[in-house]
Amino acid sequence: MKIRVLVGTRKGAFVLTSDGKREQWDVSGPHFAGWEIYHVKGSPVDPNRLYASQTSGWFGQIMQRSDDGGKTWHQPGTPPGEPMKTPEGMPKGESNKFVYDTSEAGKPLTTHLWYDGTQHPWEFKRVWHIEPSLTDPETVYAGVEDAALFRSKDGGKTWHELSGLRGHGTGPKWQPGAGGMGVHTILLDPKNPGRIYVAISAAGVFRSDDDGKTWRPANRGLRSEFMPDPTAEVGHCVHRIAFHPSRPNVVFMQKHWDIMRSDDAGDSWREVSGNLPTDFGFPIDVHAHEPETIYVVPIKNDSEHFPPDGKLRVYRSRTGGNEWEALGKGLPQKDCYVNVLRDAMSVDSLEPCGVYFGTTGGQVYCSANGGDSWNAIVRDLPAVLSVEVQTLK
Amino acid sequence: MVRVALPYHLRNLARVGNEVEVEVNGPVTQRSVLGALEARYPMLCGTIRDHVTQKRRPFLRFFACEQDLSHDSPDAPLPEAVAKGAEPYLVVGAIAGG
Repeated sequence: MKIRVLVGTRKGAFVLTSDGKREQWDVSGPHFAGWEIYHVKGSPVDPNRLYASQTSGWFGQIMQRSDDGGKTWHQPGTPPGEPMKTPEGMPKGESNKFVYDTSEAGKPLTTHLWYDGTQHPWEFKRVWHIEPSLTDPETVYAGVEDAALFRSKDGGKTWHELSGLRGHGTGPKWQPGAGGMGVHTILLDPKNPGRIYVAISAAGVFRSDDDGKTWRPANRGLRSEFMPDPTAEVGHCVHRIAFHPSRPNVVFMQKHWDIMRSDDAGDSWREVSGNLPTDFGFPIDVHAHEPETIYVVPIKNDSEHFPPDGKLRVYRSRTGGNEWEALGKGLPQKDCYVNVLRDAMSVDSLEPCGVYFGTTGGQVYCSANGGDSWNAIVRDLPAVLSVEVQTLK
Repeated sequence: MVRVALPYHLRNLARVGNEVEVEVNGPVTQRSVLGALEARYPMLCGTIRDHVTQKRRPFLRFFACEQDLSHDSPDAPLPEAVAKGAEPYLVVGAIAGG
């Protein structure tokens, strides 16, 4: 067995590999040096097929693809230095093109809520999250800022908006958080083909049961005091959601504040923050073999994005929430003021389950025993934006 | 041939050196030069001009012959020295960040 950790950072991507012991690691990178890499993720069908979101305030969005596990990369459909048309007639230079189009949804959607309460035009900025299909390596979803969902069915060469998400009616009420307004989580339900969850800051959770054609909000039970109506249908700053693939109707959420749980596929939510020292944070993830074991990284509050008391601690619940234990063995327990971003935690599927997370201080930590103890794989990368783990045979 | 100088990250993206040469058919304007550049190096589509509006990305500037052409009409003729390849057309990234 082999483990491959895909790390996106503020200044490039890194690939960390180890054998099943997860003690010795090889580090390759930086790939795309100097660029922000929001996310790198592999296809569950073809693990050597990787997709990466490469982005820059200067040069915009670039999509990259590797077909050999991250050794080499190319922009889909755009080999360097070749004529404009591929032999099969595919126009090139299209893989970076994300054009909003809600025409299929019936009416054009052009504005959303801005910070000052006015309406603001939708403007594409970057791809936050990539979610390869569970069944087809050529199909991949992209969650973007300003919030929208795109899909490619040709390995990332061209992208098409799933316009029912923005077009279902609540779009004008969506509002950016401090970090922007992006689709940051995409969950593809392995047991109910066609069911997709997305989460948006600050709009909330939305679910489709027809492969992305139609959508509806799934935020009942959420309470957000920063909103005029704290229990409104949309407007909640959901930071991340996660489920165990064997039980996708049970969804866990780290909200701006509050850890939430749904046992009915997002139809209703209840709080399970329990005895956490603070229920503010960004990532949440589920143990690979224990559907009731979940992990969060509490952050002091929404104005001080670092761990309480300068002690970096993951919290684990083995009861699906409410009862939490601190896991700090091997993590810095004084003078630590890093953050862990929403897409920067992942698990492997070895036994015992490995848990991984990256920090804004450039460390990537691994626990090869479900969180009981931790070791740093690397300590001095650029700020980590995302961590994904592949368990390879 | 028109010489085009690209910023560091775009050179890496296109896997080229400091300057590239592109053949422009018809009048040599900013639009025709950038169109020829994107046709020759399609991976640069969207990185200099917006895919849809074709407007210059905000943190880039266009210089030539010691002039800032960033706000000129994209269809205005470029200086003769650029059209003849004596001087390069410069795509410059704003200085910021690290």
